[in-house]
Amino acid sequence: MNETLSKILGGKQGAIGLGILAALILVLLPLGLDPFRLGLVGKYLTYAFVAVSLVLLWGNGGILSLGQGIFFGLGGYAMAMFLKLEASDPVSTAIQSTPGIPDFMDWNQLTALPWFWEPFKSLPLTILAILIVPTLFAFLIGYAMFKRRVGGVYFAIITQAIALILSILIIGQQGYTGGVNGITDLKTLLGWDIRTDSAKYVLYYVNAALLIGCILLSRYVLSSKFGMLLLAMRDKEERVRFSGYDVSNFKIFIFCLSAMISAIGGAMFTLQVGFMSPTFIGIVPSIEMVIFAAVGGRMSLIGAVYGTLLVNAGKTMFSETYPELWLFLMGGLFIAVVMFFPNGLAGIYDKYAKKVPFLRKLSEESPKARKAETVLVETKEAGVKA
Amino acid sequence: MSNTDFVLAVEDLTVSFDGFKAVDKLNMYIDKNELRVVIGPNGAGKTTVLDLICGKTKSTAGSIKFKNRELTRLSEHEIVRAGVGRKFQTPSIYENLTVYQNLEVSYPKGRGVFGSLFFKRSDEVVAQVRKIAREIMMEDILGMEAALLSHGQKQWLEIGMLLMQEPELLMLDEPVAGMSAKERDQTAELLNRICQNRSVIVIEHDMEFVKKIAHKVTVLHQGKILAEGAMDKVQANEKVIEVYLGH
Repeated sequence: MNETLSKILGGKQGAIGLGILAALILVLLPLGLDPFRLGLVGKYLTYAFVAVSLVLLWGNGGILSLGQGIFFGLGGYAMAMFLKLEASDPVSTAIQSTPGIPDFMDWNQLTALPWFWEPFKSLPLTILAILIVPTLFAFLIGYAMFKRRVGGVYFAIITQAIALILSILIIGQQGYTGGVNGITDLKTLLGWDIRTDSAKYVLYYVNAALLIGCILLSRYVLSSKFGMLLLAMRDKEERVRFSGYDVSNFKIFIFCLSAMISAIGGAMFTLQVGFMSPTFIGIVPSIEMVIFAAVGGRMSLIGAVYGTLLVNAGKTMFSETYPELWLFLMGGLFIAVVMFFPNGLAGIYDKYAKKVPFLRKLSEESPKARKAETVLVETKEAGVKA
Repeated sequence: MSNTDFVLAVEDLTVSFDGFKAVDKLNMYIDKNELRVVIGPNGAGKTTVLDLICGKTKSTAGSIKFKNRELTRLSEHEIVRAGVGRKFQTPSIYENLTVYQNLEVSYPKGRGVFGSLFFKRSDEVVAQVRKIAREIMMEDILGMEAALLSHGQKQWLEIGMLLMQEPELLMLDEPVAGMSAKERDQTAELLNRICQNRSVIVIEHDMEFVKKIAHKVTVLHQGKILAEGAMDKVQANEKVIEVYLGH
């Protein structure tokens, strides 16, 4: 049990890193920011789910997906469909020609709720859909591609194409999806008004706790033999295959897990921001999320969260003053990170932490940690002999 | 094809790439505990034969039976699990993992997705890693990152990774390429040790090294067997001298 716990926490250093992050998002930011700014942070933290999923998939697995927006969007839409149905009760939609269906359906001359909307009348089914639909979709994409050994650039391009197709599909099917405007005017969750300041605080904390939960889950996966195999596959896929592993299954699994984590982020986005639209599915958001992970450090789960917060804070600040320059700046940032800091913020921290006495104390563990493997082997060996 | 006592029975094996027959109706039989060396000029089809056996390349015709089990229809990981290990020509190890991790990853337990998620580092695993590390002379550097190893050590590590799986048939593609004279001697000893309870196929160009290890030698030329037998007999063979060894 203790071994599992230390695996999840990532040893002393991992626990400290996570503790600092938890203190920042659970205590410092809620205390220091007004509700509006905190709402923005909450929104950014939903993107952090995707960045964390990309650390698993891309940083450790070497599989670059330029379509994580698909899963963020599917999770977000599933949540939005539930909230929209709740907001479209017959009383508040009495002026429509068909009361009781979402307003955009009525505008598009739909007279009955489409069958695939039915499950979203129930919250448990909606939560299941948030977790399962994106995972299943990832499984289908992953199965079709990894079993045929499609990888690298081709995988990136195909995921990007799927993101584009899905966003076009949603925009085109206005009557079923709300089209380009998305699903808006979301009000309550089981009668609880999600637009009030107090609700926003609650949702912020639920979101932060889920994010930390996903990081812990990811830590466990990465510290298991599975995580070691991911690194091995990234390095020498053939060698792993010829060591008796069915490589495609491992890739499918990590792709599905990353989809599920992204979807949780998407659902929390809808709850906190109050709407969902196709602009969060397409190519641009999918690539932005890769940049968040790259800036934070594609090998670092915690770094990915800082990367997301930092890039988004920058985006908010700059786009308020120079909106048209922001995209160029972000492109430049990406190029700079890839060229000069391939391990992102986490890499910079590792490199310079040694020069600050306090931080050095914290990170002094790392050379020891490397040795710990040998020590562990030796103690276990001694046990075998005895 | 009927069942045999051979560990590996290759019969009428053919593979053609766009009409070019890289391996042409090849027949080869490997005994239990035999160490067979395959030699031949560049392009003779040596590596292709290994690729065919381990499933990296699919054959056009013919059969490969490992302990009387047909391999040509199995996928790569199934062939490995049946007991066939393959070492590649260039050292193929995980540079970003430690020596210990390289060996542990190759341990034949926890090979499924969920098996690997809940894989526990048991005493048996550690003992097996230790044993193999001793065999490949790397017991003292288990904690070292594999990228920092010398070329020769990388070759040994990959052999060690295969030994972790306790294969009954081990195939090594030029295991001493790029090694110093001393490392070659150590590798020859290593191979003589590890073929005690398994069959080994080695592709090699270095004749001195071949003499040290080979039980039997197969000479390939243009996808066909030119000669087969003991080293001195093969060396004296006129045709072999003409196409490969030179006068």
